[in-house]
Amino acid sequence: MPETSNQLLSVRNLKIEATSYPPGEPPKRITIVDGVSFDLQRGKVLGLIGESGAGKSTIGLSALAYGRGGAEITGGEVSLNGTNILALGKGGIRTIRGARVCYVAQSAAAAFNPAHRLGDQVIEASVKHGLMTREDARKRALYLFRVLGLPNPDTFGDRFPHQVSGGQLQRAMTAMALCSNPELIVFDEPTTALDVTTQIDVLAAIKHAIEETGTAALYITHDLAVVAQISDDIMVLRHGRTVEYGSVKQIIEAPTEDYTRALVNVRQEIRHEAADQSKPLLKIDNVSAQYSNGFKVLHGVSLHLCKGQTLAIVGESGSGKSTLARVVTGLLPPSDGRITFGGKPLTPALKNRPREDLRRIQLIYQMADTAMNPRQTVRDIIGRPLTFYYGLRGAAKTARVRELLEQIEMGNGFIDRYPAELSGGQKQRVAIARALAARPELILCDEPTSALDPLVAEGILKLLMKLQEEQQLSYVFITHDIAIVRAIADSVAVMHRGRLVRFGPKSLALSPPFDDYTDLLLKSVPEMEIGWLERVLRTRRMESAGN
Amino acid sequence: MRLRDIPVTAWIGMTGIALALICAVFAPLIAPYGETDVVGAVWQEADAQFFFGLDNLGRDILSRLIYGARTTLFVALAATAISFSLGILLSFIAAVTGGLIDTVFSRFNDLMMSIPTLIFALVVLAVLPQHLIVLILVMAILDSTRVYRLGRAVALDVAVMEFVEAAKLRGEGTAWIIFREILPNTLSPLLAEFGLRFAFSILFLSTLSFLGLGIQPPTADWGGMVKENKDGIIFGISAALVPGSAIAALAVCVNLVVDWLLKRTSSLKGGRGDA
Repeated sequence: MPETSNQLLSVRNLKIEATSYPPGEPPKRITIVDGVSFDLQRGKVLGLIGESGAGKSTIGLSALAYGRGGAEITGGEVSLNGTNILALGKGGIRTIRGARVCYVAQSAAAAFNPAHRLGDQVIEASVKHGLMTREDARKRALYLFRVLGLPNPDTFGDRFPHQVSGGQLQRAMTAMALCSNPELIVFDEPTTALDVTTQIDVLAAIKHAIEETGTAALYITHDLAVVAQISDDIMVLRHGRTVEYGSVKQIIEAPTEDYTRALVNVRQEIRHEAADQSKPLLKIDNVSAQYSNGFKVLHGVSLHLCKGQTLAIVGESGSGKSTLARVVTGLLPPSDGRITFGGKPLTPALKNRPREDLRRIQLIYQMADTAMNPRQTVRDIIGRPLTFYYGLRGAAKTARVRELLEQIEMGNGFIDRYPAELSGGQKQRVAIARALAARPELILCDEPTSALDPLVAEGILKLLMKLQEEQQLSYVFITHDIAIVRAIADSVAVMHRGRLVRFGPKSLALSPPFDDYTDLLLKSVPEMEIGWLERVLRTRRMESAGN
Repeated sequence: MRLRDIPVTAWIGMTGIALALICAVFAPLIAPYGETDVVGAVWQEADAQFFFGLDNLGRDILSRLIYGARTTLFVALAATAISFSLGILLSFIAAVTGGLIDTVFSRFNDLMMSIPTLIFALVVLAVLPQHLIVLILVMAILDSTRVYRLGRAVALDVAVMEFVEAAKLRGEGTAWIIFREILPNTLSPLLAEFGLRFAFSILFLSTLSFLGLGIQPPTADWGGMVKENKDGIIFGISAALVPGSAIAALAVCVNLVVDWLLKRTSSLKGGRGDA
């Protein structure tokens, strides 16, 4: 593989450790990264992929000789142009960071200082390092804004971070990294927080800018389909160790490890569409809603869901899909239209709703962390609906809690744990159990898997489908992930700017002819295929200016 | 919860508080002399007979210190406890219900806070009959305005969390939401404030005593004892420092225990527990 003359970065047997402080236990040393080695040549891109806790960000930061959150590089070598940067002193590292190696963080919104203009922030590092004069830096920033396809590049630098969109901010951050003409850029999940329709533009801009400037990059993500578009080589990581390391072609088309294969094959169709979709359990009729300040968030939405089926609502952030769920729960009473549930009209406002109706509709949140009281044990969290709706106490309650834990495929040992002592997937399972405890007919799932790693999310989806089979549950599944929709939905509703643009059975809704928005949405979803990005960009008008 | 998990500092704090409590409860049995007995010369030096010496009227400081623990502890603890209960209850109701109730409560609170505490207390205590309960209630109500401010701020943060929304969706009443969902998650800042407020209420009590509206002489209280003996400091007599040190020690002890509780409650959040 590597040609030594062209070698930029070489990592050998990297070992990174940290001290963890588990609640109620003495601190202990844990190994985050163990024996990872890779090479990167000039102008090439290496994708680091793995689930959270795989150590991918930690490895990325080691290229800047930096350990975040108490992580310490305790072994191995990181050589940049043949110099071991781990052996450098503070002054030596300073000449590298921000000058020869740059970092692009996941959340550009959090990485920019809201009180300074973008242009000043983009050129700051280059000027501070004395690499170029302020005037030259400005010229280079201007050039980069153009390369990255930012709107009005001449005046873009005069804006403040809050005046531009998320996708533009992420591109501005890339410009900041490229400004000092570095040899290596570490991209840490740069598109994860973006909508799919925005992600594709940012991805294209980053790819174009890397090629144009000839910079090498480490591209960190948990999405194999994204990394396949941009990398030359891919390293799959798990629990701080290398699972597989090879060219994109080999990883995508001929993975040798089971774990890689699972990642490549994630989210195949789990559920076949139900044939009969005529008897609605939930019927939403011409519903509009607005906030108390008069801002209208939903415009005449009509759709329905049948018993024992799944309705997927897709759309980007701000499309009103979560608002629709809030309207159904009664948190935001509709300003217009009506909702019928099980043949009877549903009281608009939450506080007037009979307890029986509350019991029949349950909600699962995106962030299980904040959806559960951190001061309650799993027993209290799952047990409360049992006491509240069914008056269960003592042994009967405990027995039912155990039964529910069984249903969500978690053992008895979890019953007295606090949420902080559970993993992300386990938390979401407990949240599902809390909803199940009420024996509901309808569960509103508000992006329950989008904060989870692909394989963990897959487990949650399978669990939801299993429960649906067993208990004839109906789901309204809100998501921005078309792959999930394909996998589990019976019917699909596509929302855009508070309006329903498409609704129908999955087979009809996701097949042509498409309206413009659905077309854009479907084409923006990265596919596990080399060259997908180029293919889509060719067929699609570049609308980067709008994002 | 095992005993050996309790840190040394918490043990020191608890010992100190226990000592003060024992003094308060068994004062007549422990104290070598009576609370108001004049047993020697004014500001007599400490010796084997009088452990801390005598005060400005020739009374035994140790005995008065022991008797003073009664009033000081009782008044300060009762006032702080009442002010917290009141402040937390009102502020949480305001935070959870919002709207008109929140506005009425908060503006009334602003009104109360706009009048200087000491002047307010002086006026009210001068009008009302001289009674311990009245004193405690006035201190508690004046102090509860500060607790209300803090309580509302922390409760607002928690009230917008999704688990509170989940409880509302379940159909839970306001009482459950306040006491079972919000209160456990706001204990850390409130406990910290409790330790601080307790020390303040001892000081406030001594201020009132000095102005003749707090504990009435000759009944001993620590703050009052500092005031009585403060003139001695000019002549190099340390009598005033003894009750002053007692106040400091008690405040430190209360805060040591509070810090430990704080650590215990914050560790549940999955944090390091040393925040």
